[in-house]
Formats: sequence, structure tokens, C-alpha cells
Amino acid sequence: MSDEDRKSKYTTISIPRPLYSRIQKLIDGKGFKSVSDYVTYVLREVVAMHEMESQEEPFTKEDLEEIKKRLRALGYI
Amino acid sequence: MVARPHGGRLVNKVVKDSRRERMLREVEELPRIHIDRNTAVDLENIAHGIYSPLIGFMTREDFESVLDFMRLSNDLPWTMPIVLDVSREDAESFDEGDLIAIYAGETPLATMVVEDIYAYDKKEYARKVFKTDDPRHPGVAKVYNKEDLLIGGPVELLNQLPNEYERYTLRPIETRVLFRERGWRTVVGFQTRNAPHIGHEYIQKTSLAFIDGLFINPVIGRKKPGDFRDDVILKAYETLIANYYPKKSVVLSIVRYEMKYAGPREAIHHAIMRKNFGCTHFIVGRDHAGVGNYYGPYEAQEIFNEFPDLGITPLFFREFFYCRKCNGIVHEKICPHKEDVRLRFSGTMIRRYIMEGKAPPKEVIRPEVAETILSFEKPFVE
Repeated sequence: MSDEDRKSKYTTISIPRPLYSRIQKLIDGKGFKSVSDYVTYVLREVVAMHEMESQEEPFTKEDLEEIKKRLRALGYI
Repeated sequence: MVARPHGGRLVNKVVKDSRRERMLREVEELPRIHIDRNTAVDLENIAHGIYSPLIGFMTREDFESVLDFMRLSNDLPWTMPIVLDVSREDAESFDEGDLIAIYAGETPLATMVVEDIYAYDKKEYARKVFKTDDPRHPGVAKVYNKEDLLIGGPVELLNQLPNEYERYTLRPIETRVLFRERGWRTVVGFQTRNAPHIGHEYIQKTSLAFIDGLFINPVIGRKKPGDFRDDVILKAYETLIANYYPKKSVVLSIVRYEMKYAGPREAIHHAIMRKNFGCTHFIVGRDHAGVGNYYGPYEAQEIFNEFPDLGITPLFFREFFYCRKCNGIVHEKICPHKEDVRLRFSGTMIRRYIMEGKAPPKEVIRPEVAETILSFEKPFVE
């Protein structure tokens, strides 16, 4: 990826230097290529967890009855 | 609780009732393109939410993000491009912003708002998705055969493709209700393109030891000569379930999908599809979605480490085999014996027995399953 490409596809956030150093030590030999990689990994995990808490049902009550009818007809329930 | 759909909301782009009738009349007036059966299957999968959160074919932003980061432009994990290719000639009949009709043969399948028309580099597509630009790779060959332009935008499905396995077809909205009705809090998805042998059975049953329900989801679609026919696979699984599984713990239902053989990237895609069906777990075996020697035997398992936010838990399995000394089905982690006492579940060996009209050894395939397969005059694709 070119520098220009990288600039358009990534952004920078700041974290305290001591935390950066701790992470650097922590990831040594663990497969992460950089502190940025690790921070991205952890943030995605945390964000996904919060998103999971606020999601709604994918079907309405009317859908539900229609679906159950077909499942019964096919012998699944 | 079953898994939430990928991206949080199950997509439904199937047009119903009176609106459908009106759209079918209007569709005659629209610029039209024709698509092949495999693209039509992708379209149906979008419309039924199997590819949630996609609401249409990918725009350039998503396409490039998937190639570069294995994520959609909104950062959600997504590893396989879902694209609609058109010729330059076809693309002259519409502009960005237009509503077009998509036909499969003479049938108006869907409408699409063209948000984006863009060129792409086929070699780059191949290298990033398949890790090779070798035209002998079947997935790469298909990329090279695509037209020069891609179009992206939301679709609405007007007609379903003919489906000879409708009785075995459940859509994500239906499996989600079914899993809930069965009281399953955890569901493991199993993808297959084969009639079941004992190795498959052990992987599934090992998973069932700690998961509430098993969702066996054979992929139905174009296959290569020598593969088991789709109806054979289904009947063989029905026999296996009837004889060897607690029926309340298993659901058998198909998904129409064309294998791309993209190994690790495709394993993630398969997991996302099963997440949308409601699975909380997904079985990933040796060389999942691989072909030839393009991928390492466990590369399709290792890639899951890059997706902590996938929202479905992979279950990794090594290859099971029968060990004469252990006198049972085992795998490398639990069997200390040498290769000469191990009987591998080789597809080639099973095929050879079946082609000779003989049942493979009972250590390899259940006798009832073998009998079912042998009851077909031509069990293999010709």
C-alpha cells in the first residue's frame, strides 16, 4: 500500500506513551505486527460486544406465524 | 440465544404482494441486464439475508475495502467480494443513479439502483482474494472470465429462481425461528459438499457434546464431475440422521451457493453465512474451502485469529481417522499410533468402492448410508 493510500485509509489516535510501552512489551512474540494492530484488535472486540447489547429482533409477530406454519408443514417442528 | 445477524439486522429484500405486481409491470420499461445462474444465486442470498448486512452488490468502496482489509467500508468483517460484472456495452445503457432490471434468462429476477459503475484490476482481485493469480485456480479462472466493469447498489428480488430442493430450503429468518422453537441457545453450523462418512459424523457429534443443536447445511450448486450429486448427499444425510442422531438435536437444510475455493477467506465467509442463519458456532476442518495446494492445511483456521469481532465462534478440528490399535475413531492429538494402523476417510477410496457397486468398510461409512448411496444408479456428477 502506498503512503498516500495508507493516509486515506487509516487515521491516527493518541494514547499515553507509558501505555504504548506496556503494549509493546505485552505483544512481543505474540503475533501482532505493531501496537496499532493490537489496539485495533482490542477495540474491535470491545465495540462488537457493545453493539451486540443493543440489537433488535429480525422478524415481526406476523412473520413469526407464517414461518411457524411453513416449518410445521415441512416437519421441522 | 441464537447469534444476532452479521451487522445487527437481518436483511430482507424480497418484494411481496401488490408492490411486486406493480414492479413487475414497470420492470418492462427499465434498462435490463442478464446475469448467469451463480450471480443470480448471490442475488437471492443477498435478498434473503444470507449475506447480511449486504443489501446489494458491492460498490467500489466496499469492494476495495474487502480486498485490502477483509472488511466492509464500515469496518465489519467481510472477506469475499460479492460483485455484479457487466460488459462495457451493457453499461452504456444506464448511468449511476438509474434503476435497472436484472434478468435470469427470460425471468425478471430483481431491480437494482445503480450506485456505482467501476473498473477493477482482475489480477489484483485474484491475488488478494485467492492469494494467487494462477489461472488454473478455479476461483481465479472465474475472476478472469468476468466482464470488465462492476456495478454496485441495492437490489430488490421480484422472482425466485426455480428450486428443485425447496422442501429442504430454509432461509435465515426461518432457521432463527426454528432454533428458538427447539430451545437451542447454541447452534453449530456444518458446511458440506459431500455424502457423510464416519469422520464427518465424529466431528459433528464431538461438537454436539457441548452445543445444543447441529445445523447441517450442505452447499447445493454447480459441482465438478466425480462429485456426489446433490440428491445423493441429501438422502445420505437423511439416512444418517434417521439411524444415528437424536432427531431433536439436528436440522438438515441446504444453501444454494457456488464454491469459490478461496480457502481461508472463504472460511470466514462461510462462517458469516451461518451466523446469519443463527449459528453461534461454526466447524472449520482441515483445508476448508481449499483446492489443490494453494493453501496450507490449517490456514483456514488460523485466519480466524484476525477477527475477534466476527460474532460466531469457530470450532477447529483436525482430521479424524479410524485407528486399528485404538479400535475407534480418533485424531492426531489423541492417537499415538503409526500411519500403518490408521484408516483415513479418503474421498477417492470411498468413490472407488461406490463406483464398483460395493459398500466401503463400515469403519469408513455407515452401512445404511452406503446402501442409500448405492441405491442411486448414478450417484456421481457426470
